Amino acid sequence: MGWIAGVAKEIWGLFVDDIGLAVASLVWVAIVWIAARWLGAAAGPALFAGLAVILVTSALRRAGQG
Amino acid sequence: MPISHVVATALAAFLASAVEFVEAATVVLAVGGVRGWRDTLVGAAAAVGVLAALTAVLGPALTLIPLHALQVIVGALLLLFGLRWLRKAILRAAGVLAKHDETAAYAKEREAMLELGARGAGFDAVAFGAAFQICMIEGTEVVFIVIAVSAGGAGLLLPASAGAAVALVIVAALGFALHRPMAQVPENTLKFIVGVILSGFGAFWLGEGMGVAWPGEDLAILGLIAGFGAIALASVPACRARGLRAAGARA
Repeated sequence: MGWIAGVAKEIWGLFVDDIGLAVASLVWVAIVWIAARWLGAAAGPALFAGLAVILVTSALRRAGQG
Repeated sequence: MPISHVVATALAAFLASAVEFVEAATVVLAVGGVRGWRDTLVGAAAAVGVLAALTAVLGPALTLIPLHALQVIVGALLLLFGLRWLRKAILRAAGVLAKHDETAAYAKEREAMLELGARGAGFDAVAFGAAFQICMIEGTEVVFIVIAVSAGGAGLLLPASAGAAVALVIVAALGFALHRPMAQVPENTLKFIVGVILSGFGAFWLGEGMGVAWPGEDLAILGLIAGFGAIALASVPACRARGLRAAGARA
C-alpha cells in the first residue's frame, strides 16, 4: 500500500508547494470571476496581471528567506 | 481547433512528460543495475500499462462533464500546477534553490538497493516494486498533464498523448543506450518552459470556463504564454538579488 500513499502525496504535491501561492491564486481567480460582469473585456488581462503579481511576490518572498 | 492549440498541447505534454520520465528512468536504471533487469523492467512495464489504461478510461470520461465546468476545474488545477513549477524553476534559476541532481539521485537509489543485499533466484519483488512505484508516481503526473492539457477542447487528447508517448520512447531509448542517469538534460530549463506553458493554458481554460472574453480569442493563449514567460524571466535576477541580500544579511 506504500505506493498508494506515495501517489496521494505526489498528487497533493503536484498542485501545492507554497500554500500562500495556491490560496492567493484561487482567491484572485474567484475575485475576477465575481467581477467579470463589470470588468468586461478587461477581465482576461486582469486575471493574468493578478496571477503574475502573485507569482512574482511568492518567488521574491521565498528568495528573501534565503 | 486552432493549430496553435494542437502544437502547444503536444509540446506541453512532451516537455512535461520528458521531465517526469527522466526522473523515473534514473531510479529504474539504478534498480536494474543492482538487482537485475528482468523484474525491474516488468515492474516499469506494469506501471506503464496501468497508467495507459487509466488515461484511456479517464480521458474520454471527462467528455461527460459539461465543458465550462471542466474548463474551470482543469484550468484551476493546471494553473496551480504550472505556477508551482514556474516558481520553483525561477528560484532554481536564481540560485535560491538547489537544482535537481540526477547523478546524486541515481547514487542514492543504488546505495539503497545495495543495502538490501543479494537477490534470490526467483522473482525479485524488490526490483519489481521499486520500478513499479517510481513509474506509478512519476507516471501519475504524466497522466494528469496529458488529461489536463487536452481537457479544454475536443480532439486534444491525441496530440497530448502523442507528445507524452514520444517523450517516453526518447527517454527509454536514451536510458537503454547510456545505462546511466541523464544528468545532461537541462531539467530546470524544461521545467521553466513547461511551467510557463501550463500556466498559460491554465489561465486560458479557466477564463474560458468563467466566460471571460479573451482579447484575440484563441490566440490569447499564446499571449498568456508569452506574458508568463516574460514575467518569469524578469523575476530571476530580482530573486537572485533578493537571495544574495538575504544571505549577506545572515553572514
